[in-house]
Amino acid sequence: MEVLLYTILTLCVLGVLSAVILYFVARKFRVEEDPRIDEVEKMLPGANCGGCGFAGCRGMADALVKNDDISALFCPVGGGDCMKAIASYLGKAAAEKEPQTATVRCGGTCAKRPRTNEYNGARSCAVAASLYAGETGCTFGCLGFGDCVTVCAFDAIRINPETGLAEIDAEKCTACGACVKACPKGIIELRKKWPKDRAVYVSCVSKDKGAAVMKACKAGCIGCGKCEKACAFGAITVENNLAYIDPQKCKLCRKCVNECPTGAIKLVNMEPLPKEPKAPAKPAEKPAEKPAEKPVAEVAAPKTPEASAAKSE
Amino acid sequence: MKTFPKGGVHPSENKLSCAGAIEVLPLPDAVTIPLAQHIGAPAVAKVAKGDKVLVGQLIAEAGSFMSANIHAPISGTVTAVDMQPNGQGVRQMMISIQREGDEWIEGIDRSETLVKECTLTPEEIIAKIKDAGIVGMGGATFPTHVKLSVPPGKKAEALIINGVECEPYLTSDHRTMLEHGEELVVGVTILMKAIGVKNAFIGIENNKPDAIAHLKKIVKEYEGIEVVPLKVKYPQGGEKQLIAAVIGREVPPPPALPIDVGAVVCNASTTYAVYQAVQKNKPLVERVVTITGKGLASPKNLLTRMGTPVRTLIETAGGLPEDEVKAINGGPMMGRAMIELVSPVTKGCSGITILNGRDAQRREASQCIKCAKCVSACPMGLEPYYLSKMTQKKNWETLEAQMITSCIECGCCQSTCPAYLPLLDWIRLGKQSVMGIIRQRAAAAAPKK
Repeated sequence: MEVLLYTILTLCVLGVLSAVILYFVARKFRVEEDPRIDEVEKMLPGANCGGCGFAGCRGMADALVKNDDISALFCPVGGGDCMKAIASYLGKAAAEKEPQTATVRCGGTCAKRPRTNEYNGARSCAVAASLYAGETGCTFGCLGFGDCVTVCAFDAIRINPETGLAEIDAEKCTACGACVKACPKGIIELRKKWPKDRAVYVSCVSKDKGAAVMKACKAGCIGCGKCEKACAFGAITVENNLAYIDPQKCKLCRKCVNECPTGAIKLVNMEPLPKEPKAPAKPAEKPAEKPAEKPVAEVAAPKTPEASAAKSE
Repeated sequence: MKTFPKGGVHPSENKLSCAGAIEVLPLPDAVTIPLAQHIGAPAVAKVAKGDKVLVGQLIAEAGSFMSANIHAPISGTVTAVDMQPNGQGVRQMMISIQREGDEWIEGIDRSETLVKECTLTPEEIIAKIKDAGIVGMGGATFPTHVKLSVPPGKKAEALIINGVECEPYLTSDHRTMLEHGEELVVGVTILMKAIGVKNAFIGIENNKPDAIAHLKKIVKEYEGIEVVPLKVKYPQGGEKQLIAAVIGREVPPPPALPIDVGAVVCNASTTYAVYQAVQKNKPLVERVVTITGKGLASPKNLLTRMGTPVRTLIETAGGLPEDEVKAINGGPMMGRAMIELVSPVTKGCSGITILNGRDAQRREASQCIKCAKCVSACPMGLEPYYLSKMTQKKNWETLEAQMITSCIECGCCQSTCPAYLPLLDWIRLGKQSVMGIIRQRAAAAAPKK
């Protein structure tokens, strides 16, 4: 009984002593930290996604409090409202950035881009891309093994089993940019987010010549330049056989959509323009009209997908 | 019997074509020649569309010291210098030539007579090898003249000729040793002279007793050359494994090279090519390619001009099997699967392996049970399961500390894994990423220039 008593007493005394020592040590070596960092961290979304360039929200909060000029810092997840709130709390000027959303620029679905071989290595886009061109004839397109899905912290991307392509849920996407970095083919782009998630974009990144694109995929951009001519705002440029719509200049007028012979220009959450004004002169689906540009003319013949090398991995 | 100490596996040998003498493949009607078919900078094209070329004519010049010349393998007209898909479907700069006859440039001795005497100085020998565009023909395609140029402060002590051919299925080195043994040994003497060594060893695995006996008989006339029979174990043909097996020295981890332990290793086919270049002025325009596979009617060893489409070789050997097929450039362990059969035979292509049926598919992967079979199999003493896991987690620092750059990509880990995990796929990706990071760091450390 005595032994037990002494043991308890000794431990209690030791505990109290340690507590006193620790208290003074903590006072002596206290790290002064701006309490606003905690406050700012609370105001940030707390996703720790790394979209701002810092490892987590704490790092971002630290930088926001310590830097006088915070115009280069932006939290894509919280967006403009979150940044405004933080800036007014800190009395600084916030960066203005329009909301963005990730966009998968590949329309080569299983039906439109037939497989020419079968890959059975590690299920990763990065591995497959380091080994070879891909399961289809197109060397630029979506590989569909979902590296972007793995890195997305917001569950905003999935691989659609029917199309074999990555699809983005615009409601969940925060434009943190993780998928953009993860895609070895550079297909995903952060583009301006329009109201009601509307969008017009070229859903292809193939820099191949028209004939090669048509051979591999029926939904690819052949670089014919019709859209460039149709655009009244100078938003479309064709470079390396590939059209690109500048999201800053585009006004969603949709004229280019009807011009595209392959349907590579994608329209999201919008009705296409009625075709009647030009319909008799220009049926948009069939490209092989007389005044067609060179790549289109070449294309007409080899529509049979990939006769050669169809068998090997 | 000698072998290397660490790891290794013993895959089924399947040397289907080892008894078939080298046959000459009829000249192809057209060839495509990649400008980057060696380690280092791509060669720079010296011809343009419409030019007439003769066999052996220089068509692309080495882009830097670490690069190699490329010569026309057939005579005819250049039809294009443009991007074409390689075996993996990736577009590369290639020169296309349409054949017209078979005219060689002057000065090439195409006779069979053996020329033993070589009066050139070491510098002249290396210059000739460089002009002929010779690269390591075992598959690594390291420019041979770079290997032979011993850096100042280092000394070569032994030349090792790699006649191991440990890769299953392939027999091109084996046949070269049997049919061109005399020339090969003269090539060895030339290489010895070039790097200034008195000793040379020809390492051959003892599953090729005929080649061992044949070369042993020949080297009796020469001083300082020894044939070393080796116990069969994959990957004995790896440079570091061969050095360990033959002279018992261990090459330190990268960036150390074999020359740091005084060894220079040269493949048997490369040595034969060196003989042809130095004694006969013949550039590297053709090589022996094994076309093999259980589904082929007649596996063969074919003397093939560079740039010949792989499809031509397959048709010569009886055509593709009907069922599911995997065509590999190289052997099943280290070769790379191809998707474009119109792609050309290159300097490093020692064989085309066709796997069909069950062999063509990988088994379905399950979970790692940490049995560490891959660790015991790794000839470099690495931990493949860990490297693969860390690559998936993108933990580059750990990978660097775990010496992922030492990996020789032999595939022992993957072939031995009871869970059929794609270990090497991941490790290769990790190795590439880490090497990229190291290069970036080096570039950032030396920005003065």
